[in-house]
Amino acid sequence: MAKADFELPNIENGVRVPAIKPGAMAHVKYHPASEAHLSKTGFPANRVDNWKEVALAKMNELMGKYKSLQLFLDVCVKCGACADKCHYFLGTGDPNNMPVARQELMRKVYRKNFTVGGALFGGLARAEDLTEEVLQEWMTYFHQCSQCRRCSVFCPFGIDTAEISMAAREIMDSIGAGQKYTLEIIAKVHDTGNNLGIPKNALIGTLEFLEEDVKEATGVDVKFPLDQKGAEVMLIVPSADFFSSPHVDSLVGYAKVFHAAGISYTFSSHASEFANFGMFIGSYDNTKKIATRIADAGRDLGVKRIVVGECGHAYRVAYSFWNTLAGPFDFLDKNYPVPTHICEFTEELIRRNALTLDKSANDEFTVTYHDSCNVARGSRMGTEPGGQFEIPRNILKAVCNKYVEMDPESNREKTFCCGGGGGLLSDELLEVRVKGAAPKAAALKEVMDNQGVNTMAMICAICKAQFTKVLPYYDIPMEAVAGVHQLVSNAIQLGGK
Amino acid sequence: MSGLSPLSLVYAVLSYAVTAVFFGGLLHKLWGYAVTPNPLNIATTPAPATRGGVIVSNIVNIATFSSLFKGNRWTWIGGYAFHVILLAVFARHLRLFLHPVPPLLVLIQPVALLGALLLPLPLIYLLARRKAVDRYAWISSPADYFVLVLLLLIGLSGLGLKFVSHSDMVGIKQFLLGLVMASPVDMPPHPAFIIHFTLVLMLAAYFPFSKLMHAGGVFFSPTRTMVDDPRERRHVNPWAAK
Repeated sequence: MAKADFELPNIENGVRVPAIKPGAMAHVKYHPASEAHLSKTGFPANRVDNWKEVALAKMNELMGKYKSLQLFLDVCVKCGACADKCHYFLGTGDPNNMPVARQELMRKVYRKNFTVGGALFGGLARAEDLTEEVLQEWMTYFHQCSQCRRCSVFCPFGIDTAEISMAAREIMDSIGAGQKYTLEIIAKVHDTGNNLGIPKNALIGTLEFLEEDVKEATGVDVKFPLDQKGAEVMLIVPSADFFSSPHVDSLVGYAKVFHAAGISYTFSSHASEFANFGMFIGSYDNTKKIATRIADAGRDLGVKRIVVGECGHAYRVAYSFWNTLAGPFDFLDKNYPVPTHICEFTEELIRRNALTLDKSANDEFTVTYHDSCNVARGSRMGTEPGGQFEIPRNILKAVCNKYVEMDPESNREKTFCCGGGGGLLSDELLEVRVKGAAPKAAALKEVMDNQGVNTMAMICAICKAQFTKVLPYYDIPMEAVAGVHQLVSNAIQLGGK
Repeated sequence: MSGLSPLSLVYAVLSYAVTAVFFGGLLHKLWGYAVTPNPLNIATTPAPATRGGVIVSNIVNIATFSSLFKGNRWTWIGGYAFHVILLAVFARHLRLFLHPVPPLLVLIQPVALLGALLLPLPLIYLLARRKAVDRYAWISSPADYFVLVLLLLIGLSGLGLKFVSHSDMVGIKQFLLGLVMASPVDMPPHPAFIIHFTLVLMLAAYFPFSKLMHAGGVFFSPTRTMVDDPRERRHVNPWAAK
């Protein structure tokens, strides 16, 4: 069990709504971005002198550009339906982690500067100026939101705190007060084509190593092609899939599926990254630039389809935003959705009976499935609403004999975020990550204790990295974390049909 | 307006001013919601993949508060009861502004009267809720209590007008119809009515500048009103078109 130097929430018998503890998480702050990263991503390298004026002007601009922001700042009635829905509040008790209170950090500035009531009645209307103190609150609490959208499900008006925290981060970046983790990564993807900064040679080496490894294990020549012009499919995966564990086991799974289906595919060195951190910071320009890079790569390679790997927020960007940001994708085959999720791709093969699967290969695992937040609430798979829940489960049931559901109050549409999404997967935020993981850890613990579950499958690179790091704090081994295609990889029989 | 008593003159002017502020403010706000673009498709999924499906799901949510029901049953009970009763009371008051009174309005009077009697209950419940739960107390500001207290006072003064100090209903109706027809007549100088009417004017003037705008805003919420079809239909961002 990993040792925490802070108090852990009790996850036995589910996480209860805590009493509020004002300021409980005020000490958790992000590392500021360097001048180089801010400049590279199009923001002022240092805090600008007239930062307050610039910030308010940016806020005004964003309210004119985003219906969501303008409307959400006005219509909250503070009913409190969201108050106990955020995993960070449930794990920390810090009232500023209640979605409504997090929004209030911006709303109080909005009232002061943009409404009659706030200007006239000030404190009585809880209107506040954008002081250094308020900015510090923004820096803290808008980086304790993983933009998971759970609050928006329960809000009578569909207010999505993600929209507010994205706008807040865009405002902070625009005055030169950005977060190191996200901006450093965005700078890397602009430079090298992936978040980890992996150069092309290293990528070639990794893919060759994987080919040898799979050959050794299975005796079959499964290919991991790079920059192969004229391939049918371009496969875009989170770069963690190339290097991290357990991510890489899913990468092997994707390759085996393509091999078994007899469909040619290729990775791209120009766009060797599926994740799009531009969304985390609410930067339309950065999000668009990263998305366009992928479309360009597909066009250059002359592929007919784009299939994407296991990644949550990235799939939301791809599913919901790509067509707007980098479309139209008229160079691709119109018969396939753009993008096609690897789970849609694999499940269709399973339904056509095109894969030979030996479920008993996974008999040592009793598997449950974690719905990643942005797949669940920001995307769809297949043609029916809710396909994003059914399709991965259909795959798991086809490759495992023992499959168990977690409490639907903590999963599916109401799924709890892993606690590391939205630009929080950084070491200085570990305390909030561990505590924010408590609700999902509780749901997992329940099926582990009562139904013998030892594996939680998922389709998100951040979920995998976060859970392997934080579940040990709750006495759950990191080996419990698996990718869906890792289990597909175990079960798939190559050289069959 | 000559020949009006000074009090009636003041209230006639106030009424028109508040009406202008209410509709002007409301339309200004709604216009802002309507014309501000959605750069990206941000439907909260699972969501209907067709426009028709989205309309149906919004009608259901607005008619039943289904998402609040999902979020918190205790809040839903108070909030839903309050809104249904408010609707009934509002319908009941229409008779004072219409002549002749439509038969349907006559028919619902007894039910609506029952609503008026019950109105204070959900308001007191909603007030108590804000005080009783630490999370709600933390998020509640003077403005949140102000609206509830104002509504409560409107309800109580209305009941007082009906049951305690019997008022000249014919005179009240003539006064209100006079305002509607733009030919004001004298206001019955009845304290209970003046209090009730003043509070209603306050609420109307406050409406467009407050969270009460949720009543119009709910129809524009992008996470709920956008169709989940971004792969099938390219959503174009109006301000990014180059």
